[in-house]
Amino acid sequence: MDQDMEKPAAAPRPASLFRRRDALLSSAMTRLFLLTLLIFVVMAALDPSRFLTLGNFSSMAFQFPEFAILSLAMMLSMMTGGIDLSIVGISNLSAVVAALLLSSLAGPDATGLAAAGTVGLAIMAALLVGGICGLLNGLMIGIFGLPPILATLGSGLVFTGVAVAITGGSAVLGFPAAFAFLGNGAVFGLPVPLIVFVAIAATVWLVLERTALGLRIQMLGTNPLAARFAGIDDLAVTVRTYLLSGLFSAAAGLVIMSRANSAKADYGSSYLLLSILICVLGGINPYGGFGRVAGLVLAVLSLQFLSSGLNMLQVSNFAKDLIWGGLLLAVMVANGIQFGRKSR
Amino acid sequence: MKIDWTRNETLVFLVVVAFCILTTVVDPAFFSLPTLFDLLRNSIVTGIFAIGVLVVLVSGGIDVSFTAIAAFAMYSTTLALKNLGLDVPWYGAFALSILIGTGLGLVNAIFIAGFRLPTLIVTLGTLSAVRGFLLTFVGSQLISNVPPGMREFSQLILFRGTTAEGYFYSLPWAFAALVLVVAGTWFLLYRTLLGRKIFAIGGSEESARRIGIGVRGVQVFIYAYVGALSGLAGIIHASLARVANPFDLVGLELSVIAAVVLGGARLTGGYGTITGTLLGLALIVLVSNSLILLGIPSTWQSVVIGALILLGTGLPAFQAKRAALRAG
Repeated sequence: MDQDMEKPAAAPRPASLFRRRDALLSSAMTRLFLLTLLIFVVMAALDPSRFLTLGNFSSMAFQFPEFAILSLAMMLSMMTGGIDLSIVGISNLSAVVAALLLSSLAGPDATGLAAAGTVGLAIMAALLVGGICGLLNGLMIGIFGLPPILATLGSGLVFTGVAVAITGGSAVLGFPAAFAFLGNGAVFGLPVPLIVFVAIAATVWLVLERTALGLRIQMLGTNPLAARFAGIDDLAVTVRTYLLSGLFSAAAGLVIMSRANSAKADYGSSYLLLSILICVLGGINPYGGFGRVAGLVLAVLSLQFLSSGLNMLQVSNFAKDLIWGGLLLAVMVANGIQFGRKSR
Repeated sequence: MKIDWTRNETLVFLVVVAFCILTTVVDPAFFSLPTLFDLLRNSIVTGIFAIGVLVVLVSGGIDVSFTAIAAFAMYSTTLALKNLGLDVPWYGAFALSILIGTGLGLVNAIFIAGFRLPTLIVTLGTLSAVRGFLLTFVGSQLISNVPPGMREFSQLILFRGTTAEGYFYSLPWAFAALVLVVAGTWFLLYRTLLGRKIFAIGGSEESARRIGIGVRGVQVFIYAYVGALSGLAGIIHASLARVANPFDLVGLELSVIAAVVLGGARLTGGYGTITGTLLGLALIVLVSNSLILLGIPSTWQSVVIGALILLGTGLPAFQAKRAALRAG
């Protein structure tokens, strides 16, 4: 009922179209903010001498950007009502291509202009690979009408498979020292991965809140049929969405590769579930239509606080799987009542 | 008999036949009874999973948690029997594992039928949670000395023989479990009212509700049934291997879903056949076991499976889209 009232009012100003939704969202956002704060306070109270240190915050700022960037990639596809299961495959394939370029053209001993040139070339190549992968996803979904979940499941297997095939399944090593800057360096005390994340998050915010593409993504996700009748070129929107998702995945792949100082076809395989969890936790509707960058950032922070805290308490990685899975279900149950009311 | 070329089954059948012919040409040793029995043995566990996934897909849902449920059921069954020192026959172990699987399936059902949450996200959550619980609280050590009942089961041979060249081949009784599951699920889907309800929900949940189908009840049954099948597949896996490894099985889920989808089942629900699923299963088992005979290194395996998914689902989706455009 809610939706039917809103649709005819599809006024030129995006802000008014989504105001009612924002009101609903803000209550979920308040809850999320409180959850983040709660996790922070609990973790800080459990072990203040280690949690509340500059070293801990700095190490967290180096850790979360890689999966936060992947979550931004997932967020875009989810907002159109789709899903991108190939993000980890794309990030590893782009990283492997960049790694092969770096190790064969420059090698670990390269310095100066040669190293800088190769690093630039490798980054371009990785983004190109990510863009092509995303473009393929978008075309398969938009032109051939494949359900996003199947298209990206299949393409994810292909991307990972190609990465396995060209490396023989082993890690690629031996980069110029300059490349480590991307994952481990700092500018004015700010970690470079954090800067990359902030830049991409700002881009996503700009696209979603300030461009026609963002409005179209939200309309397509809310109701694809209505969006088509409203004259939206759904092919163009889909292709651009998955293209951006591919580019962001490649960026995440570069950060992971720089931090690990190697690239391998099966790095970050747990990040797929994690990025879906972050999106759902951050209030992005898995049926499409709405979501905000601020929610995603809060979700990332709360999970990083939880993860660092659990590490300090020496909780095993398996227990983390249990906690993340349980959290995903709990958050869905808490938000589900809202999603349910919307779809009526 | 008229051959319908637009059906997935026909396409997959032709690909399977072509694959076999090509492999035989490259390596004549492929075309033999030992190979056939190897492939049949390798398809038991995947096959039971695939039938479960088919039922979920027909109902319009998706389940990725079945491998974690299977690992949980088989490992905790083995551990319980060992720790309690119970000397139960194999069917006792099977019953316990199926029971545990059903219980975990009901957990999925609570979230899906009770809270009406999207099936993919629920089962992703339970996949992670069930596996985390198993490895944290039940155990992460491999049990290589399985209870005697399970060992006996692995020695029950349905059929054995020797080729002219002196190669042995055999088929364990476990294969009968796959046959039973296939026959039982066929009966369920095509000969019972419950089966028609599953198709109806997959076709359109809202319409199913309006003609008076208790959608939630049917969903509870579906996820409990898949849980039970997972428990069965898990215990068969551990019995045949004579090892209960809690790290086994998880990771298989995507290729099982691939097999079912290749067989023509639609993710949107309401459509899927047992024949198609078995053909898809045959293709996936062939690709994962015999690709190397074609001279394609095993590192290319997931590229081939991924490409098959894209082609196998892309062609029908494209045809459907063109047909819809022509009609409207």
